[in-house]
Amino acid sequence: MNILASLSRKPWIWSFVAAFVVWIATILFTGGASTIGLSQAALTFAAFSILVGIGQMFVITLGPGNIDLCVPATMTLAGTVALKFMQVDNSLILPGLVVAIAIGVAVGMGNYALIKLLQIPPIIATLSMSFIVQSTAIWTNRGLRIKPPEALAKFTTETTVGIPNVALVALILSVLAFILLQKTIYGRWIAAIGQSIRAARMAGIPVDGTRFITYVLCSALAAICGYLLASFSGGAALNMGSEYLLMSIAVVVIGGTAVAGGNSNVAGIWGASLFMFLVVSMLNTYGAGAGIRLIMTGVIIIAVIVVAGGRNPNQR
Amino acid sequence: MKKVLSSDTIRLLIPALSLTVLLISVFYLQPRAMSYVGLNLLFNLAVPIALATIAQMLIMTVNDLDLSMGTFVSFVACVAATFLEATPVIGVLVLAAAIATYAALGVLIHVRNLPSIVVTLGMSFVWGGLAVLILPAPGGEAPGWVRAVMISRPPFVPMAIIACVIIAVVSHFVIMRSSFGVILRGVGGNARSVERAGWSILGARATTYALAAFFAILAGISLVGLTTSADANIALRYTLLSIAGVILGGGEFTGGRVSPVGAVIGALTLTLAGSFLSFLRISPDWQIGAQGAILIVVLGLRLLLNRLENRGKRS
Repeated sequence: MNILASLSRKPWIWSFVAAFVVWIATILFTGGASTIGLSQAALTFAAFSILVGIGQMFVITLGPGNIDLCVPATMTLAGTVALKFMQVDNSLILPGLVVAIAIGVAVGMGNYALIKLLQIPPIIATLSMSFIVQSTAIWTNRGLRIKPPEALAKFTTETTVGIPNVALVALILSVLAFILLQKTIYGRWIAAIGQSIRAARMAGIPVDGTRFITYVLCSALAAICGYLLASFSGGAALNMGSEYLLMSIAVVVIGGTAVAGGNSNVAGIWGASLFMFLVVSMLNTYGAGAGIRLIMTGVIIIAVIVVAGGRNPNQR
Repeated sequence: MKKVLSSDTIRLLIPALSLTVLLISVFYLQPRAMSYVGLNLLFNLAVPIALATIAQMLIMTVNDLDLSMGTFVSFVACVAATFLEATPVIGVLVLAAAIATYAALGVLIHVRNLPSIVVTLGMSFVWGGLAVLILPAPGGEAPGWVRAVMISRPPFVPMAIIACVIIAVVSHFVIMRSSFGVILRGVGGNARSVERAGWSILGARATTYALAAFFAILAGISLVGLTTSADANIALRYTLLSIAGVILGGGEFTGGRVSPVGAVIGALTLTLAGSFLSFLRISPDWQIGAQGAILIVVLGLRLLLNRLENRGKRS
């Protein structure tokens, strides 16, 4: 009983419970026929939300008003340029990844430069930046669909011991993010800044440096996600990031990270990402149309936040 | 000089100035735009954007943010092009229910102390789903009276400009001059002190959300009047446009510092930026990017002016 009680106090547990319930509901409907297929698909698609979600979580932890709207544009640009650079050549896979990450880092630096130098609220700064990045992506892409190198496409679509490779990548990066957040001084710093930026500054925390690194980290993760997603779906498309704008924010909040900042958790993002994918596939199995599916998704997001959101009445 | 200009006026100065500069450059590039028809064409699409910006501004006054603005305006456009045209009574009932839903959201957000970003994010899926259910494919028809109002040609001044002025004046009086507006901005500035003074914050928030829904509904209806038919994705970019418009017009995310007149000017500036770029013959690839650049330049100017103002105070 004690274990149950302490588990129910963990902010991330609800997203896993919800994901599990939806998983069971879907499997019962199909009579267990699709268990493995559904689980693998869920892990694969959740992996992409997890990657952008972790980056967004770091930014949201910085406190009210901090949010990165540039994520979709960064994903598209990184995916496009990296695929173009690799030229379907297997030997250029690693340099391609480096190119993608470099683009992410550059976008992140641009974002923070706008926030700091022009003192623009992060929402507007990253929004303006996303317009510019999006234009650059349109300019480089020119509507062509460039194929990924064969080995990379194979890697992103295949499984190792039954687990999709992209999910393994997401797992490794999540563990790194967890260590970064919980065990390093940097993790303590961003939590402190999120709780009170004034107090953090007075305590001698390098506020600017920490925020700078956080925005760069978020863009870099978005770039890695764009690189993998473009390879997974057989080429970069200009609209490939668009659904990840709302998704990246939704998984962070459903996962139990405080929107007011200063408190975050990595595990919840996994539960929330699986949950978001499973809800859509459950409604698909039940044969719901696009309209009903959207409405149900929205209602479920609100229901989760209403049930889980009342934990801490003093936080907004 | 210093006594004449209050800090609120200075806040308004930059948006007004950037709008003027943009307008002059457009006239310089295309002198034919300096006519009744030209002005109407330039600002036609600004009317729904201005209304949506005012709606977003109301939400931002109480320190919240509405991420469902675009899908909600799309939803209203779909309702206007179907129910409101065919069976006006049902159409009005649906829109009234939408206002009630917004008020209920305000109550829910306040009572459960939820982050407005997430709740409206969820609602954006709901509105989008409803819009798809109503109009699975682009279509419908604008009600005749809406169409008549939107394409009417009053003497001397184009409809679009008259509409924007009316929007600005009405919302200015509601937000800046009425006692309700003062409470509203008070909730954004310091909710606790407003509550101690005996006002109901719950009521204020519910009313704000309902009023915002009302303005967003006007935005959707006027949009249908311009486009004559609707589509479930017709106004998706309004979410970001409306936020950018409020900020461009001198509003802030927190503290209840907003300016209705500025918000309308911000919406006009964003609309004009698009036309300006096409007059410049910038490659379509870079149109969106240049819009971002204009946003950055205007905000940079604002920072510069704020610095000058602070320096003036110190000396």
